[in-house]
Amino acid sequence: MDLRQQHELLYRMDKTDSFMDRLKGSAAYPLRAQSIEILQLNVTRRCNLCCRHCHVEGSPEQTGELSRENMEACLRVAAIPEITTLDITGGAPEMHPRLEWFLKEAAGIGKRLLVRSNGAILLEDPYRRYLDIYAETGVEVVLSLPHPLRERTDRMRGTGIFERIITAMKELNKRGYGNSETGRILNLVHNPVGAFLPGSQQALESEYRSRLRQDYGVEFNSLYCLTNCPVGRYLDFLKRSGNLPDYINLLKQSFNPEAVQNLMCRTTLSVGVDGRLFDCDFNQVLDLSLSDGTPAHIRDFNYEKLSRREIVVRSHCFACTAGSGSSCQGALE
Amino acid sequence: MSQQYYEKDDLQDFPNIAEYASEQGEKFFEYYDRATSAGKLTEREKSLIALTVATVRHCPYCIDAYTNKCLSLGVGHDEMMEAIHVGAAMVAGDTLVHATQMRKIVKKKEM
Repeated sequence: MDLRQQHELLYRMDKTDSFMDRLKGSAAYPLRAQSIEILQLNVTRRCNLCCRHCHVEGSPEQTGELSRENMEACLRVAAIPEITTLDITGGAPEMHPRLEWFLKEAAGIGKRLLVRSNGAILLEDPYRRYLDIYAETGVEVVLSLPHPLRERTDRMRGTGIFERIITAMKELNKRGYGNSETGRILNLVHNPVGAFLPGSQQALESEYRSRLRQDYGVEFNSLYCLTNCPVGRYLDFLKRSGNLPDYINLLKQSFNPEAVQNLMCRTTLSVGVDGRLFDCDFNQVLDLSLSDGTPAHIRDFNYEKLSRREIVVRSHCFACTAGSGSSCQGALE
Repeated sequence: MSQQYYEKDDLQDFPNIAEYASEQGEKFFEYYDRATSAGKLTEREKSLIALTVATVRHCPYCIDAYTNKCLSLGVGHDEMMEAIHVGAAMVAGDTLVHATQMRKIVKKKEM
């Protein structure tokens, strides 16, 4: 689905009972950033996989990557004291040709450094080396594992992918990942495999832990539950399967005003593959630029202006306020 | 007004059933929340029980709600179906056990 079609569908969602209306009803409009603690970099949309839920529509055919010049600008920004976390995502970040260099430079800054990996790529040459690079640079690894059952994960991500993720987890476990005593963090991400919301993070984490330990002997630290946002390939699935109206209604019915205060966009700045700045990864995919008068590119970063910016909202934002709320760090409560 | 007794959107009206009898309604919801949330049994186990009861009772609203809840909690399709078979077996058993009444009468009445 192209960008224009996505905007048309979002516009229809906005016509009545928009996210903006709900914010007004909760005395939370305009929604403003309160700081910038997390700098999230989408370094490339290229990916070795082509998952059915992927909002950035990652695939081997995607082109474009964060340039060295923009990566250097990100490193300069990451060094300011207010930023605590560098969150690297994609696509498959490992497919960025300068990721190894970047991680080594970023590790020197001494901030929390995490990479969101699909896991399967860590078994492929020439990316296998990242298993050791992550351990050496102290990277927190976040692996996407939509479901602890093989059949469901493979349905979303492709045949055989579940097995490869489990093998990658075993390799990471061997390097001390997923063990609370080593300090090497391996977190998993759950996305619902279909048109429904995630269950309680606590209950799902317990389910993942017992199944993965019992059936495969693998360990992880925490599970992050993410609500699927009606953007990109997931929006396409909702439309084609006839689930779009019900899913949007479900998100709206599940609006939780308490989740608004903790929305990730209020403490995060997202950097696109071209160095442009966005309120979040979803706005980046939808090409929703930052609000007027705010620096629009990482090279023009200005903490004072950006940390108080007005967040650009549309009805896809209901995904982050549904139920317990959702963020790249899991549920908000 | 719709001509159908059962409308999918009626499920959204469930939170409003305290209307006209608010005290009882509020007490019901307090009880409902306590009974269906995790206790000695997990939320997952309770959701499977609820799905089974919903299916046995033929409640389309509850089947919708608890199928979605089971999916949300990562319950397998096979686990949901297995739970429903427990309900089906109970219904069959509960029917058949009443054959005792028929058999008792037959044996008493016939020469």
